[in-house]
Amino acid sequence: MAVLELKGVSKHFGAIEAVSNVDFSLEPGEVVGLMGDNGAGKSTLVKIIAGNFPPSGGEILLEGSPVHFHKPADARAAGIEVVYQDLALCNNLTAAGNVFLARELKRGFRPFQILHDALMHRRSRELFGELKSETRPGQMVRRMSGGQRQAVAIARTRLSKAKVVLMDEPTAAISVRQVAEVLELLRRLRDQGIAVVLISHRMPDVFEVADRIVVLRRGHKVADKGIKGSSPEEVTGLITGAIRAA
Amino acid sequence: MSTQTKTPPSAAVGIEDYKPDVLPGFGSRLLAEQSFWVTVAVVAICVVMTFLQPDSFSTADNFFNITRNFAYVGIMALGMTAVIITGGIDLSVGSVMGLVGVACGLVLQAGYPWWLAVLVSLGVGGICGAVNGVLVAYVKLPSFVVTLGMLAAARSIAIVVSANKMIYDFGPDGDIFDDIGGGELLGLSHMIWLLLILAIGFGLVFRFTTWGRHLFAIGGNEQAARLTGVPVDRIKLQAYIVCALTAAIASIMVVGWQGSAINALGTGYELRVIASTVIGGANLLGGEGGAFGAFIGAALIEVIRNSLLMAGVDSNWQGLFVGVVIVFAVLLNRIRGSRGD
Repeated sequence: MAVLELKGVSKHFGAIEAVSNVDFSLEPGEVVGLMGDNGAGKSTLVKIIAGNFPPSGGEILLEGSPVHFHKPADARAAGIEVVYQDLALCNNLTAAGNVFLARELKRGFRPFQILHDALMHRRSRELFGELKSETRPGQMVRRMSGGQRQAVAIARTRLSKAKVVLMDEPTAAISVRQVAEVLELLRRLRDQGIAVVLISHRMPDVFEVADRIVVLRRGHKVADKGIKGSSPEEVTGLITGAIRAA
Repeated sequence: MSTQTKTPPSAAVGIEDYKPDVLPGFGSRLLAEQSFWVTVAVVAICVVMTFLQPDSFSTADNFFNITRNFAYVGIMALGMTAVIITGGIDLSVGSVMGLVGVACGLVLQAGYPWWLAVLVSLGVGGICGAVNGVLVAYVKLPSFVVTLGMLAAARSIAIVVSANKMIYDFGPDGDIFDDIGGGELLGLSHMIWLLLILAIGFGLVFRFTTWGRHLFAIGGNEQAARLTGVPVDRIKLQAYIVCALTAAIASIMVVGWQGSAINALGTGYELRVIASTVIGGANLLGGEGGAFGAFIGAALIEVIRNSLLMAGVDSNWQGLFVGVVIVFAVLLNRIRGSRGD
């Protein structure tokens, strides 16, 4: 059964149709590459799934039952995690502080609970270890490299038992060496039965890890097919509109 | 990871991403703290003044005066720090202080007990803070504009409610109230003791609670905090309420100390309060600041003011010196910031 299913989802901002009538489903342990030009509706679609705003029309099913997210926390509680394009990190906090932001571990009794920094550091260290990242829990994000920041943002998604992880341009701002690391992590998420949506401009990355590819153009879904039956040339054509649909 | 053997980065890729994985030690972290340097400045001025004016500066009386005079500014600076950490500002603390003072005086004048005056004062302060907070956090107006409006509005209400008269007849509980604000314990004013307690309290809250962590997160990257699920609007509202409550507490103490309430109480204090937090290392862009910084920043301003007075400098020069210190503090902050990145 599909872990996540979108049926005829639309979103318009005033007269602008950002996403129109998109059907989309995601199986557990599947990596789907979501592609499209700037303004094609990728980010809007991600934000709908992540609960940033409700769709104007259509419905979202999570493991077969309809869900309505009013805020990102709702989606997160339901098992949908997002790694945002700008990574949504606070430069003035430590790596561990960012990983546990808004779900801090606490100790003591209500209402006298204090942050359990030692435990958060230990858990973060474990997560970074799994990611084979050199990031230290106590390091300030403002002093980190692009790859380390990515590791922090990804470590966040591993905190909860996410069913679906949406990654918005995870490889856009990092070095070649770290792209390989991030793609490796993506595979590891998939092997654990997590469904991953990879939103990316970088054709080689998508073709390296994705099982299936979905192309959006001007808010419409113009392709949804297995990676083996497609080619970078075809996808480029679909993105630009040289090929109408596939 | 520490268990992992470090392989040298390949020459072809990622050199620019390879940052040494070292954390600064305690010593260098201390040296990077603005509040540390401000503390050094306070101590240095005191040492110099002790040599220059041993008979007037380094006396128990003067120490009592200095600590009391910066205590109420420091109390407000603590609340201001919470707001400034979120990236906001509260220009209304001086006027809120004035309005609270009048409300407090009227309750006492009407013959009600001291604790009711305290509760009403905190209530009035809390309402002012809530109005600020709702307009900033939920209506999404700039904090500068909202609190500038409150600066004018609260002062105006204070003048109207007090019928522009001084309130000094504090009724049966007047003596108790005078003792609350003007009394002393172990040779120091109640006011400085209260500042010390509140500073420790705020310091612990900033450092060890989720609320404190979220204040910093909002100031660091509000959008990120929102996306990850930090209740940004609620916490901002609470920060403005806390700030106004510290103004109310300061007002209660000053009204008790002075033994009277005037509607001009706190006029211009917003500048001293904001200056204290900034001198102590708070960043007006948000994400940086601390309780000790607010404390020591307030202390520095008062020590400079007092020293100039003792040295016989015309008191009209005080503004110039304080102004120079503020600008210098921001400059220092900038230099530290550029070195840190």
